[in-house]
Amino acid sequence: MSDMLKGLWAYRGFVLSSIKNEFVTRFARSKLGGFWMILQPLAQVLIYALILSAVLSAKLPGIDSQYAYAIYLTAGFLGWMLFSEIINRCLNLFIEQGNLMKKMKFPKITLPTIVVGSALLNNVMLLLAILGVFAVLGHFPTLQILWLPVLTLAMVSLALGLGLVLGILNVFIRDIGQAVPILLQVAFWFTPIVYPINIIPERLQQLLVLNPIYPIIRGYHDVLVFGQAPHLGQVILIMTVGFLILAFGLFLFRRASAELVDAL
Amino acid sequence: MSLMIVDNLGKAYRTYKTEWHRFGRWLGIPCQPNEEHWVLRHLNFEIQPGEAIGIVGQNGAGKSTLLKMITGTLQPTEGSIQVNGRIAAILELGMGFNPELSGRENVFHAAGLMGFSTRQIQKAMPDVEAFAEIGEYFDQPVRTYSSGMQMRVAFAVATAYRPEILIVDEALSVGDSYFQHKSFNRIREFQEQGTTLMIVSHDRSAIQSLCDRAILLEQGRILKDGSPEEIFDFYNALIAEKEKSTIEIKKLESGRVRTISGTGEAKIKDINLFNEKREKADFVEVGESVFIKANVVINANIGTLVFGYSIKDKHGQIMYGTNTWHTKQIVKNPRKGDEYTFLVSFPANLGPGTYSVQTALVDSQTHLTSNYEWQDLALVFDVVNSNQTYFDGSCWIEPSIRVEKA
Repeated sequence: MSDMLKGLWAYRGFVLSSIKNEFVTRFARSKLGGFWMILQPLAQVLIYALILSAVLSAKLPGIDSQYAYAIYLTAGFLGWMLFSEIINRCLNLFIEQGNLMKKMKFPKITLPTIVVGSALLNNVMLLLAILGVFAVLGHFPTLQILWLPVLTLAMVSLALGLGLVLGILNVFIRDIGQAVPILLQVAFWFTPIVYPINIIPERLQQLLVLNPIYPIIRGYHDVLVFGQAPHLGQVILIMTVGFLILAFGLFLFRRASAELVDAL
Repeated sequence: MSLMIVDNLGKAYRTYKTEWHRFGRWLGIPCQPNEEHWVLRHLNFEIQPGEAIGIVGQNGAGKSTLLKMITGTLQPTEGSIQVNGRIAAILELGMGFNPELSGRENVFHAAGLMGFSTRQIQKAMPDVEAFAEIGEYFDQPVRTYSSGMQMRVAFAVATAYRPEILIVDEALSVGDSYFQHKSFNRIREFQEQGTTLMIVSHDRSAIQSLCDRAILLEQGRILKDGSPEEIFDFYNALIAEKEKSTIEIKKLESGRVRTISGTGEAKIKDINLFNEKREKADFVEVGESVFIKANVVINANIGTLVFGYSIKDKHGQIMYGTNTWHTKQIVKNPRKGDEYTFLVSFPANLGPGTYSVQTALVDSQTHLTSNYEWQDLALVFDVVNSNQTYFDGSCWIEPSIRVEKA
């Protein structure tokens, strides 16, 4: 573990420049550049909002704004985007970087670190854009927004842990790479992001306890929509689960490291 | 102290009945692999500082696997590699280059991947830029580069810092011939400053001019470890080897090793060099008219017989070589018991030094279809310069020099 951190520290310059390069090259030849990164999720939110707000806005107690549904939707999206981006990138990370890992010796832990760094950067940009949109809609977040780093940490550890495990297994069983996007879709609809929790039957609401993403998304809602502190107990619980999964992911990463290169 | 100690090194690729068994093993559940495929096993050698070693072998012999293990990207399955010093490996040039980024940014990225800090990279950047010699393109996106330009930048960054051990895999022929010379020189400079080289190449001349030792790998084992000349002679014999063929190795008085291989349908009975006075000679003058006389006996009825020879300098570099297939003097249907004499006359337009003659008795253009006999160091002779103007080099290209005052 300590040599992983040492390697990471020695390669900090590389990690930072890689994150920067990724950011720059993604939009290198497009006219709108970095705007696309924000425009894509916002467009998605807009579509949902247009179609569903008439049906669902009445169901949102605790906030009066005619744009209540749009605000609720956007807040949940911010959290979900972070989760799905990390999972999706980790899933094919080792396969994509296979040749590099075979031909160059460098701490492999830098690869997922770059993914996380890059996803965090995107997420911050998206957050700033969202806050801008909120301001336009006349919704101003409270100081509770300072909880966001905590929620982000919980989300990142959960996503990175799962992403590492899936990414490693995907090298050996490629079906995983095909199955995960489908499972992500399912998870998206099983998490109250597009709809408020109170529209689903009480009996089914119990099942949401099993969804580890839900408490974090709920935290995003609390902080960004309702201007209240997240449910601390739940956040701590999920953070613990996230750290455990992350620890398992790192353990697996260590054990699999040698065979990972063999199989690529 | 040895720079590198390779101790009983082995690499196996494991396959499992299902991949779940593999995952189980990581978690400490005892699962036996279904099959172990050893690509390398029981390798032992040591490398001293300043040595230059060529790794030779056929495709699939395990050369790249060995280099990857020394580089550290692959983990050994058994045994160990102990290294005292920084290793730089050029296993593939231009790894991880991003076409959208400029040459400079890619250099930054690639050097970072090699483990250098931002400050170290900034310090080396002017050198890299100067060495690559691509002018203003250095700040243009790499996608606008020709492949040669990309290789120039890649080589420049890969060799921006002198390592204790430099590992090169088939990457010596970079770009145009000007840059090839330049990159070759850089490797030589490193070598002079004490860098140990490990090179994988099929290019005999590259290995023989850079290396002082070679290791021949065959099916994952070290078959031979010795001077590059000896190894390449043996390797040549090996790739020509057919079922019936034999390889015979004789140590000459000078300590050099003669390798004779082949299937034996035709053999050289004796071979000698004669000087201008038609006397057998070991020493000849620069520019003297000499001839080689080879007597060949036929041991079985064969379809065609081609005699080939080449003259090599002391590093094993070929000075000149041809065969009777190229000169259209193929012997048709030689019968068992026949004897043929081949007389090869030529002027010894060679520089002073020791030369050897390698001979081949084959059925056509190359020794790869049928190799009756192949002899390395069949004949050794010296060229001395006592009559001509002093000159350097291994070719006698007599000039006439005119000096005019303008």
